[in-house]
Amino acid sequence: MLNKYPMWKYLMVVLVIAVCALYASPNLYGEDYAVQISAGRNAEVDTRLFEQVKTDLQAAGIDIKSISLEESHLLVRLRNGDDQLVVREKLEASLGNDYVVALNLAPATPDWLESLGASPMKLGLDLRGGVHFLMEVDMKAAINRSIEQMEDDFRNSLREEKLRYRRVEQKSDRVDVQFRDQETLDQAINFLEKNNPGLLFKDEGELTMSAVLSEQRLKEIREYALKQNITIMRNRVNQLGVAEPVIQRQGSDRIVVQLPGIQDTARAKEILNATATLQFRMVDLDHDVRDAVEGRVPPGSQLLMDRKGQPQLLDKRIMLTGDHIVDASSSFDEYGRPQVNIKLDSEGGNKMSHGTKDNIGKPMATVFIEYKPTNEKDKDGKIVFEKHEEVINVATIQARLGNSFRITGIDSPAEAQNLSLLLRAGALVAPISIVEERTVGPSLGQENIELGMQAIFWGLMLILAFMPIYYRKFGLVANAALLANLVMIVGVMSMIPGATLTLPGMAGIVLTVGMAVDANVLIFERIREELRDGRSPQQAIHHGYDSALSTIADANITTLIAALILFAVGTGPVKGFSITLAIGILTSMFTAIVGTRALVNSVWGGKRLNNLSI
Amino acid sequence: MRVFDFDKEVRFMSLRWPALVFSTLLILGSIVSLAVNQLNWGLDFTGGTVIEVGYQQPAKLAQVRQQLDEVGFGDAVVQNFGSSEDVLIRLAPREGVKSETLGDQVMAALRASGEQVDMRRIEFVGPQVGEELTEQGGLAMLVALICILMYVAMRFEWRFGLGSVAALAHDVIITLGLFSVLQLEFDLTVLAAVLAVIGYSLNDTIVVMDRIRENFRKLRKGEPEEIINISLTQTMSRTIITSGTTLLVLLALFFKGGALIHGFATALLFGIFIGTYSSIYIASAVAMMLGISKEDLMPTEVEKEGADQDPLP
Repeated sequence: MLNKYPMWKYLMVVLVIAVCALYASPNLYGEDYAVQISAGRNAEVDTRLFEQVKTDLQAAGIDIKSISLEESHLLVRLRNGDDQLVVREKLEASLGNDYVVALNLAPATPDWLESLGASPMKLGLDLRGGVHFLMEVDMKAAINRSIEQMEDDFRNSLREEKLRYRRVEQKSDRVDVQFRDQETLDQAINFLEKNNPGLLFKDEGELTMSAVLSEQRLKEIREYALKQNITIMRNRVNQLGVAEPVIQRQGSDRIVVQLPGIQDTARAKEILNATATLQFRMVDLDHDVRDAVEGRVPPGSQLLMDRKGQPQLLDKRIMLTGDHIVDASSSFDEYGRPQVNIKLDSEGGNKMSHGTKDNIGKPMATVFIEYKPTNEKDKDGKIVFEKHEEVINVATIQARLGNSFRITGIDSPAEAQNLSLLLRAGALVAPISIVEERTVGPSLGQENIELGMQAIFWGLMLILAFMPIYYRKFGLVANAALLANLVMIVGVMSMIPGATLTLPGMAGIVLTVGMAVDANVLIFERIREELRDGRSPQQAIHHGYDSALSTIADANITTLIAALILFAVGTGPVKGFSITLAIGILTSMFTAIVGTRALVNSVWGGKRLNNLSI
Repeated sequence: MRVFDFDKEVRFMSLRWPALVFSTLLILGSIVSLAVNQLNWGLDFTGGTVIEVGYQQPAKLAQVRQQLDEVGFGDAVVQNFGSSEDVLIRLAPREGVKSETLGDQVMAALRASGEQVDMRRIEFVGPQVGEELTEQGGLAMLVALICILMYVAMRFEWRFGLGSVAALAHDVIITLGLFSVLQLEFDLTVLAAVLAVIGYSLNDTIVVMDRIRENFRKLRKGEPEEIINISLTQTMSRTIITSGTTLLVLLALFFKGGALIHGFATALLFGIFIGTYSSIYIASAVAMMLGISKEDLMPTEVEKEGADQDPLP
């Protein structure tokens, strides 16, 4: 009974703890005050911007720490927090509307650590301050819209097909069509089934047929409504100038929007609820654009800029508005060139058909209209919105258009995708409402961090003081394991990308500190028992560890079950708690069993002992 | 150092009947209180709006109430939170008003007098979200209990499984009862704490049961009662030390962790006591009353069909 570990085991323990310590270390470096610049729709973040920002800031005489070009944004690190607002104002003025400038805190992790993929723990909103919104998409409205459209569609297509009906009417979730005779009804069902794969038709008797949306189609509608809303939220959040926003779906009909660092929730809400619309208008070919640019705009026309900054003179009459768009998607035409497919509802189709029949061969423009918030407020304290119009596409009409047409001649697939996104954004299929909101002020966030740290510190101190008193030198071993455990929790939390530290998460760490010594208590009590039974010290150590092992494993696995269930059903802060609890259980098993054994073996193992300091 | 030196076995099980009566009374009391007083459900479950604001000097609650009354929030609950400078304002969900703007309206009303008011947090939860959470929370608790029952039954024996789940249900009901009697706010973090209590109590129960199983196999003689007593005595020292260290850190959390964590720390502090008690007097006693015996716990050494199954009771 020598109680020696093979060398590789010692090395493994040291290596595991060292790796965790390495990945935990970015948390020690703190954060730099920074300003983050990202591109709006019409601009790009590139080296040119890099140079411009550099010269601008040098000219303003601001002492910056560094500027770096990251994946999608430019990050300017500053020496102190007071500069942050100044720099933002300067850059907003010099870069104009094409770029979004946001305040940020960037981790001050040294480059060599960052190149290893190490980064500090992510802090939850309750520690960082910020707003959390849970938004719900009104799926009923989305489905209702589809049913209304179905009703419209039937009327038109049956009329076109010369199938005479008595009436078409919407009944909650279905559309009923009544005919004059059975023969027409059968023909109609045949015809409609062929043209509407997503619908289920049924002969209801009394010369009436009904149509409902298939499960598959319902699912598609919901999915589409949710995705569309997420896209729109992304666009709007980008305007808010928030560093590291989170926009994700939750469940089948909800969207989580998290905006760290935002204080003015009223403003955030107004922007998120802003609207965008779309218009199709003819390009005015009767007048010269150059005259208009010089200020002589004809009365029936309007001068607008396109996305490349070129002026376009458009007819003031609106041929069609975006709310008639049912779907827009990007794809490729038969020659492999990018294109955008647009589907309109039947009313839109009629308008389009009517508007284009005399204009074949002429250019048609698509205008995107957004209401962007300004920094001014009116006398009621409401934010003033500025109407922002932009020509996003000009295409030549090739033929008389109906309720489904396509725009070709687009430069790149990315451009096509972007255009289809904008087209969809201009036609919201389902309204959205806020069902949950949590705002944490920055002072409370900071305070929560301090309180959490204090609780961890005092909890740790009490245990560190107690263990050596009760278990003497073995108590010191347990203390070393406890500290290693803490480092490992922080290291693992920093390594896992999705793990977020929250206030309950910090409480979870405190709890782990108290419970992690349990494994050592079990082992030490066992060793004492073995000694009392008259075994030699080396035997006592060996048996103590061996017989405590299965107890520790069972006890921890059951707690792990509770933590995993908590993780599965919990949201936000509670999830944070379950993550730290689960990680803490796993790391504490490693440090308390393998870690302390390595330490005990290297100190007491391999020699004759007469007594143990336990 | 050894503080707890039990040379002779402590006859824990001789007190099992009084303990059972005591526990039954506590459970009945808890159930009655839960039925009559119910839980003081927090915002997470009821829905509504909570606003925490900070003043520069101790806040005048009466003045805050009056300010709110003037703008039509007469039903608001106003109280101090954590310190005398901090005020918590609670608003029930209301019809007609767009609830997501309530927080901003309240802040405007409080700032109208020109006083400096610091917005610390605003939380708004829609009523249907709260309902879902209540369902999910209850479900989580149930799923946790079932998973644990399965694990313990598989690893040990069905009598132990039932005993430990009985102990857990006991702990959960009495902890909820405490929150109901004291009318402490029950929010999501407290729910998390209750699940952590389940984890802790179970930890304790497993350690005790593990020792009972070991002793049944090791000691040739002895009635089940005696063996259980010996096992409990042997683990007593560990039980006290571990609950002691856990209590220490929880006290640190209670006193240093701030007001947001109070409910969490309270639930755990209480849960540690009740969990330690239940692993002795509920888990072990139930397993014993179900007739646990030496034969049930002997290791199955020969792998043959049916050998790994428990004999019928």
